[in-house]
Amino acid sequence: MKTLWRVVLGVGLSGICLGAALGVGNDAGGEQVIRVTAQRFTFTPNEIVVKKGRPVVLEFSSLDFVHGFNIPSLKLRADLPPGKITRVRFTPDRAGEHPFVCDNFCGEGHEDMHGRIVVKE
Amino acid sequence: MMQRRDFLRLLGAGGGAVFASGLAGRAMADDGSNKMAGAYDDFYFVQMSDTHWGFKGPANPDAANTLKHAVAAVNALKTQPDFIVFTGDLTHTTDDAQERRRRLAEFRDIVSGLKVKNVRFMPGEHDASLDNGAAYKEMFGETHYAFDHKGVHFIALDNVSDPGARIGEAQLEWLKADLSRQKKDAPIVVLTHRPLFDLAPQWDWATRDGAQAIELLMPYANVTVFYGHIHQEHHHRTEHIAHHSAKSLIFPLPAPGSQAKRAPLPWDPAAPNKGLGFREVGAEVDASRYRITERPVSAG
Repeated sequence: MKTLWRVVLGVGLSGICLGAALGVGNDAGGEQVIRVTAQRFTFTPNEIVVKKGRPVVLEFSSLDFVHGFNIPSLKLRADLPPGKITRVRFTPDRAGEHPFVCDNFCGEGHEDMHGRIVVKE
Repeated sequence: MMQRRDFLRLLGAGGGAVFASGLAGRAMADDGSNKMAGAYDDFYFVQMSDTHWGFKGPANPDAANTLKHAVAAVNALKTQPDFIVFTGDLTHTTDDAQERRRRLAEFRDIVSGLKVKNVRFMPGEHDASLDNGAAYKEMFGETHYAFDHKGVHFIALDNVSDPGARIGEAQLEWLKADLSRQKKDAPIVVLTHRPLFDLAPQWDWATRDGAQAIELLMPYANVTVFYGHIHQEHHHRTEHIAHHSAKSLIFPLPAPGSQAKRAPLPWDPAAPNKGLGFREVGAEVDASRYRITERPVSAG
């Protein structure tokens, strides 16, 4: 079966790379850089539209808690500690929708903290 | 297809619901009369779960009474269980540490009205994740433990004190050591809050290192897991290990992954307590003495 998701290798690792570093992302090398704020109990934006075939960098800023970011269908997850930018890189190669969720229990609205990535042709 | 020898009786609140499922190596079944006496020559216990004391909202406008009604329903059972276990989310979460303690204390006071005094507690993420179980431990003690009852070994696993839903290395080591003292065919019941398997990780219905616990349990032939968290019955097998989730005592949730949002199912004024309930679990060596009856859920 064709590999559905190619992962950008940020630090020379094979497989899925969850990059975490300080800094602000830019659109470099054709990457789709999307800044996402995590704050109890929402991701902003919570619907992220990306183009198939172009590398994606999600740059998370958490404001108040070590939220989690988990897209089970892509086997991507990261902790999002406040005070730093957490980057999650991947390259979508199939159109579709992928729900994501905060998977670190963060309080009464935790169950509402979710969203989706929409991959378009 | 479940095997006859693996069946249990799972009774809904108010005596309305019966579902048959598996406790491997042990078995029992409803005799159709709703009379428990005689059916439990060995023993049975009651599982109550997800009471969420302190919840306020339209999903349960009677939230101040549901737990009290459940206590009364258990007290009304003709044959009282050997013990009762609460599998987490005793209280609804709050950021206020003082309010958390107040809710836990109120919960404890209400369930102290249970006739059966052998009551086991476990935390859910609503009780324990925001303070790593500190307030829970003050009132209810350790969050993981083991005990034996009439030949069955019970193991309570904590997959909620870590807000990331990990059991953690230390507890997994403890589990490994505890299991090492059991025979490979010993009847083992695991009690926990979250599913140990990936039921619906897109809804956070999983345990991040649950696969490690299942791996440790796998060499044991007779293992059954009872858990809560998902506010509905669900029955699953990881190879020979059966996993049974319980209904809640506050509001039901949708079927795993069935919609975008895991919002509570709406309260039905025409059928209060619909989808809520508790469970009786019977352990009986000789399954051949009983027949199996399944009944639909009805309001309590």
